[in-house]
Amino acid sequence: MLDLSVFNDLSLFANEIWIARYALLRGLGVTLSISALAIVAGSVLGVGVALGLVYGPRVVRATIRVYVDIVRGTPVLVLVLASYYIFSTVGLDLGPFQAGVLALAVFCSSHVGEIVRGALQAIPPGQTEAAKAIGLTFGQTFSSVLWPQALRQILPTWVNTAAEMVKASTLLSVIGVAELLLRTQEIISRNFLSLHFYFLAGFLYFLINFGIERLGKYVERKTAVPS
Amino acid sequence: MNKPLLEIKGLRKQYGAVEVLKGVDCTMTQGEVISIIGSSGSGKTTMLRCINMLEEFQGGQILLDGEAIGYEEHPSGRRRKSEKEVARQRALTGMAFQQFNLFPHMSAAQNVMLGLVKVKKMGRDEARTLAEQWLGRVGLAARADHYPGQLSGGQQQRVAIARAIAMNPKLMLFDEVTSALDPELVGEVLQVIKGLAAEGMSMLLVTHEMRFAYEVSSRVIFMNKGVIGEEGDPKEMFVRPRTERLAEFLKTSSFQ
Repeated sequence: MLDLSVFNDLSLFANEIWIARYALLRGLGVTLSISALAIVAGSVLGVGVALGLVYGPRVVRATIRVYVDIVRGTPVLVLVLASYYIFSTVGLDLGPFQAGVLALAVFCSSHVGEIVRGALQAIPPGQTEAAKAIGLTFGQTFSSVLWPQALRQILPTWVNTAAEMVKASTLLSVIGVAELLLRTQEIISRNFLSLHFYFLAGFLYFLINFGIERLGKYVERKTAVPS
Repeated sequence: MNKPLLEIKGLRKQYGAVEVLKGVDCTMTQGEVISIIGSSGSGKTTMLRCINMLEEFQGGQILLDGEAIGYEEHPSGRRRKSEKEVARQRALTGMAFQQFNLFPHMSAAQNVMLGLVKVKKMGRDEARTLAEQWLGRVGLAARADHYPGQLSGGQQQRVAIARAIAMNPKLMLFDEVTSALDPELVGEVLQVIKGLAAEGMSMLLVTHEMRFAYEVSSRVIFMNKGVIGEEGDPKEMFVRPRTERLAEFLKTSSFQ
């Protein structure tokens, strides 16, 4: 028989949560900041990557293509470790938080870059021609015609990537960033309620990603084009 | 004699090794309606697209109201004008496309307003008023806030024409604007173009509608293998073609 007695003492669990509340909240805060920073920086960088891939001269395109392929072909954990250890060997001490966020942002940028590139290239060339024909410059064409169409296209996939970044933030525990997972492990090492607290951590990650997904759906609905 | 609105001199264009335009000369005065006909691959669409620099060209000159389009001559050779300058020149002509190319994320009115606001630097209210006025002119006043996806092909094409005309171009270019339409929607678009012609708008039309070319144009240009094969009054040309090529072309086209 499966022993479910661990769930019987819920009051004990509640009490342990109360004791660990600050540690949990701080961990949650760190996870949220890592994710938010990585997603924002990665997306901004990713749009730059896409612009380079689509509109850049040949040399720029080739360089960025190598960057994207290398980053996408590398496990995120390897990027995190590389970012933390390699920079310190050349005397640039980033600290675990910055190094971790940088690694995640780079990872995010390669994925966002590919998503945005695909969306931009899927827009029919007639759109650019029509914009040119009424006298729009390239900048105006991009901001008024191409980008709004690409944005609607990338939103669902981008939400996916954002959720991946939240999950990938757990990898920063390996280099000692006290995010939610590392905090949870510390708490468990004190009270040995491993099942309870891993479950709680899992639930909190789910909440974050559920929130991102709802937000994405909301924006999708708001920006939908009537047809 | 009026100063010519459009002068094309020795226009040459090639894609790689393939020469599509092999020296086209053509002059057009204000208010003329010229139809360009010819079989596919004869270079008629390419010629139209060179006039607003949607295609780069390698030789010759295009003058719109005396202004050299796209390139300027230097002692060291011809040089392409800056992107900004080319964009300004493109706004001097209006263009309607075979595939309409409306911006799908904007309503009909917003489609018309975009150029007015961004290029003509008009205020939004003024642009909106003008857009509604032009949409009314093409019979779509009630559809101003509809999106392209909610409009029929004929309605989309009329919005596209309104979008181009609202910019007050010196010359309108129509590139096979009825070719992608269901037969029953062709009439409403041709009606709009006829109306514009009657008001004295200068127009160049690439078209397969021979009956329409016959009725609306003051002159017809027959393109053949990258050069002008024949040109003249449609009433004359369609009835008594001077060249064998045109006679053949007219036989295979729907005009009788």
